[in-house]
Amino acid sequence: MENRTHISVQGLNVHIRREHVLKDINLSIPDRKITAIIGPSGCGKTTLLRSFNRLIDATEGVRVSGRVLVDDEDILDPRAEVTHIRKKMGLLLQKPFPLPMSIYENVAYGPRIHGIRDRRRLDGIVECFLRKASLWDEVSGRLSQPASALSLGQQQRLCLARGLAVEPAIILGDEPTSALDPQSSQRIEQTFTELKRDYTIVIVTHILRQARRLADHVVFLYLGELVEQGPAWDFFNNPKHPMTREYIKGLIS
Amino acid sequence: MKDAIAGKTMLALTLFAVLLVLLMIAGLYLKSRPVLSSHSLGELFFSTRWRPFRGQFGFLPFILGTLWVTGVAMLIAVPLCLLTAIYLSEYAPARVREWVKPLIDILAGIPSVVFGVWGMLVVVPFIKDTVAPAFKVFSTGYSVLAGGIVLAIMVFPVIIHVTLEVLRAVPSEVREASLALGATRWQTVKRVVLRKALPGVAAAVVLGIARAFGETMAVLMVVGNVPKVPKSVLDPAYPLPALIANNYGEMLSVPLYDSALMLAALILLLVILAFNVASRLVLRRVERSLR
Repeated sequence: MENRTHISVQGLNVHIRREHVLKDINLSIPDRKITAIIGPSGCGKTTLLRSFNRLIDATEGVRVSGRVLVDDEDILDPRAEVTHIRKKMGLLLQKPFPLPMSIYENVAYGPRIHGIRDRRRLDGIVECFLRKASLWDEVSGRLSQPASALSLGQQQRLCLARGLAVEPAIILGDEPTSALDPQSSQRIEQTFTELKRDYTIVIVTHILRQARRLADHVVFLYLGELVEQGPAWDFFNNPKHPMTREYIKGLIS
Repeated sequence: MKDAIAGKTMLALTLFAVLLVLLMIAGLYLKSRPVLSSHSLGELFFSTRWRPFRGQFGFLPFILGTLWVTGVAMLIAVPLCLLTAIYLSEYAPARVREWVKPLIDILAGIPSVVFGVWGMLVVVPFIKDTVAPAFKVFSTGYSVLAGGIVLAIMVFPVIIHVTLEVLRAVPSEVREASLALGATRWQTVKRVVLRKALPGVAAAVVLGIARAFGETMAVLMVVGNVPKVPKSVLDPAYPLPALIANNYGEMLSVPLYDSALMLAALILLLVILAFNVASRLVLRRVERSLR
């Protein structure tokens, strides 16, 4: 399979107030692969992820410069339409945050916002994406119940279905399994490996083992700087940078 | 030993403060017994005849007067306060929010007489010379509308403050979840944030109503104080608190008059108490559920 680049980051700098959070980041994220962004906490992983869908805009006192190309469109361009960019990416947060409505409405929320009103079409969408997130069998009989009634692991899969329902090309996960029990984490991971056939997946994780299990491509950040990036096998078996070696051995944390 | 005494004393004082409310309710009830025993509740609450000299005490004009003024105030205040709170919570930069919040709270500290004077000097003439002629009716300006406008401004701080707190308590991740799906900020506010905050917003409004219900001075100064059921917002009205404030101490030679006023006070106290307790309970539950 050819290695097409889906997201390309060029000279990205992010300042939050007086802090230089991301320093001149250059990297490329391959299409339809799982890319793991790893690094110790506070290294800017989440900030990097949030600049991909411009949720970073909401941060108080933020300044962003550089270019982030998604499908060759610079999403940091002030003329770029934010809602359009965000529609291209599904986001999973650390903890699931279902919207204050029913299971059905959670999944239908995105499509409705983007103008789909037809009930039968919505029904189809809801079922399709709940299946994709491997949640359908557990909830098909109680779609009208409030989403908050689900278990944490189910909620996270619901959030995944909700994100998929706007038909993004990219899934962003910000430590998407860190609040879940091992079994639920495993299900999410499994779903990710199934989904990478159709989606580009970028996850932030501080669990090295998870990165090893899942990632095809790894990006290692340390203190706001890009230390090393590359295919997962090379990264873990033949790290080039001494810092990477130490991090993999668990010396830096 | 000294510490124990100090502790007990303070406990006693605290209990006294709580008891005070109960004592007041009991006192008002005892005082209003005479009028309650000589008149039926139906007559007291549903008769429009207020002729104390003939022993007729129909509270309906006053109850309706209170409801009209409060209703008009809420119609004006609720949309304005909601939009203000939404702006401050969802759109304004943190710096603006930190500046505006205390300014709004200062509004709550202005003595109500000042609002009353402002109402008499500005709102009343405005209604008399501009609003009423526009509808081709005559009004002295002392009216339900004047009372409603003045009251609306007086309840702004309560409603804005509480609504803002409730909106800020909605976790930012819920907003992000909606924004990340490509929703606009307004869609997010309308469909997610407000829905999540709805019970709290309702409680804020009820707190505002409770405040409006009992406000006396400013309303009394602009509302006209005519004991008749108002037929439009340009008619004068006579709310319950104004009735008590205007007459207590002056008309007490009339038999049963003081008892009737105490009944009015009792009704006010109970209604406001109920509103306060209900909204505080809701707010507590909201806070817990959002955390």
